[in-house]
Amino acid sequence: MSIPNYIHRLERGCKLNEKTVIINLKNISVSFDEQQILKNINLHIRDGEFVTLLGPSGCGKTTTLRIIAGFLEPDSGEVIFDGKTINGVPAYKRQVNTIFQRYALFPHLNVYENIAFGLKNKKVPKDEISKTVTEMLGLVNLKGFEKRNIDSLSGGQQQRVAIARALAVRPRVLLLDEPLGALDLKLRKDMQFELKNIQQRLGITFIYVTHDQEEALSMSDTIVVMNSGEIQQIGSPTDIYNEPVNAFVADFIGESNILDGIMRDDYYVEFEGMRFKCVDTGFGKNEPVDVVIRPEDVDIVPSDRGMLKGEVTSVSFKGVHYEIIVDINGFKWMIQTTEKSEVGDIIGISIKPEEIQIMKKSEYSGLYGDYSSFSDEFDGLSNPDTDKAENENSPQEE
Amino acid sequence: MKTTSFAKKILNAPYIVWSLIFIIAPLIMVIYYAFTDRSGAFTFNNVIALKNYGETFGRSILYAVIATLICLIISYPLAYIIARSGANKRGTLMMLIMLPMWMNFLIRTYSWLTLLANKGVINTILGAIGLGPFHMINTPGAVILGMVYNFLPYMVLPIYSIMSKLDFSLTEAASDLGCNGFQVLRRVIFPLSVPGIISGITMVFVPSVSTFYISQKLGGGKYLLIGDSIEMQFQSAYNYNLGASLSLVLMVMIIACMLVMNKFADDEGAAII
Repeated sequence: MSIPNYIHRLERGCKLNEKTVIINLKNISVSFDEQQILKNINLHIRDGEFVTLLGPSGCGKTTTLRIIAGFLEPDSGEVIFDGKTINGVPAYKRQVNTIFQRYALFPHLNVYENIAFGLKNKKVPKDEISKTVTEMLGLVNLKGFEKRNIDSLSGGQQQRVAIARALAVRPRVLLLDEPLGALDLKLRKDMQFELKNIQQRLGITFIYVTHDQEEALSMSDTIVVMNSGEIQQIGSPTDIYNEPVNAFVADFIGESNILDGIMRDDYYVEFEGMRFKCVDTGFGKNEPVDVVIRPEDVDIVPSDRGMLKGEVTSVSFKGVHYEIIVDINGFKWMIQTTEKSEVGDIIGISIKPEEIQIMKKSEYSGLYGDYSSFSDEFDGLSNPDTDKAENENSPQEE
Repeated sequence: MKTTSFAKKILNAPYIVWSLIFIIAPLIMVIYYAFTDRSGAFTFNNVIALKNYGETFGRSILYAVIATLICLIISYPLAYIIARSGANKRGTLMMLIMLPMWMNFLIRTYSWLTLLANKGVINTILGAIGLGPFHMINTPGAVILGMVYNFLPYMVLPIYSIMSKLDFSLTEAASDLGCNGFQVLRRVIFPLSVPGIISGITMVFVPSVSTFYISQKLGGGKYLLIGDSIEMQFQSAYNYNLGASLSLVLMVMIIACMLVMNKFADDEGAAII
């Protein structure tokens, strides 16, 4: 079976200008009822990129998406699409399409008519519409569903129709607003893979909004971490994970032990009353810093050979590894290890210089990264405003 | 099994008694009177006499159709605006629509008499700025105005209830897929509000076609409608038999209209775009 024509065309098109910026947001600010939703957002998105806007609910990620779609005008700032300012251009004239959180399929139309909806507006000839619809149904694996009623489809199938409907009009940029939020875990994993696959085949720019850090890490080329209306960090998934810029990002993406430290000199940081070798430079002498150590980067050694030592206070089995909490001088560390320990054991820990990530102090210092009250339940309660905590603790995810 | 079915019968009993007394019995009475004469003997004379009322039936239907159309034209945008406004404003607007319904129907109609009269309120105001006087009372226009005024809320309410339940993301999805404002209305909002339009049309057309009093007061008795004729047979001519046969024809007409409308709703709801 040959790949349909238009996919070829898109593929060629994207390779020619892979590095050009397609969307540029300049100094975007928005407030509702005197509450600032977005504070001076600056962001550029390259053609053909898979960009994820990641953050807890209320961080402004969906608002950013709606500004790009044209459903919302920013109070100030410029939206530039393909070199042209598009402030004030209505949604129906923009070359971007959206996949809505609840799909927003038209209940009075069947699958075929839903997918053909956008093409009819463009006055595309009938035979061409039918060709495109068939092509799109093939792309999302729904061949033979043309005459089906929207209400008779499962959540996953409705999701596929929504994707087909948006892609049928050949957008330059596809906006996805938590598209997998309503699906169960297994289906979500499959759809993540499929969406990434479609994005790579078509070479369309995807701007994906989610609060699920795992989803963001596994699908994106670039992740934009947002919190309370501000961009915290922009980078590749590995950059974001390995070199978080502040305690918020370190805590939001994966698990982190975040300690108070003092940068004594280039390559030397002091925390827990000990001097550690590290790989970071460029901080002032004796500058207070936040030190991030990922739970999987801590090695357990016999207590007499450890850089630090402490008592194991809790052990839980997670399948691939054990998650243990160790009390070291009153600060509780999370450590992920494949070796079993017992509660009450005195163990030593060792950390390699390249596993120590140093961050400048920020407004988030001291808020995250201590597991002293740790339990699955407590974690959810202590961060009621972050979706991440709620989500990680929901039974369907564990 | 037996006990549940017995319990069900008991629970159904009030409804059955209710419909026997208030629906079935009057219907049988109407049919009985329609096919008998004063002495109670079976006759077709009442049905034959109906041929004199062709013009009245025609006028009733024409006025009701015009009034229903005007109601629809006013109500549709009105319902849309109310459904799209904020929660506080919505309450106030709905209140304003409902307010006239709390007043007596006869008084509402009578008040139009003083407004539309040759030396009435409207002509006095227009006269003050050098216009008119216009002859408005005792015209077909005044009768239709009375119908529109009295039955407008019955059109607004069902359309509003559909519109307020409409998922706003559907209109966003439509404009996202290239619909301008008018196309969003034509391709998404209108087809989805067809059920509200159908029930609004039914709820305005049925009382309009069978109304009396409005034409007597605002039409000056010159434009008799079928409702007036029926009233006259019962109230002044004391010919219950002719009155009953007129009612029967009106009822059959209304049932036929409703069947057509329902058919329209089923078939066209989706295909109307």
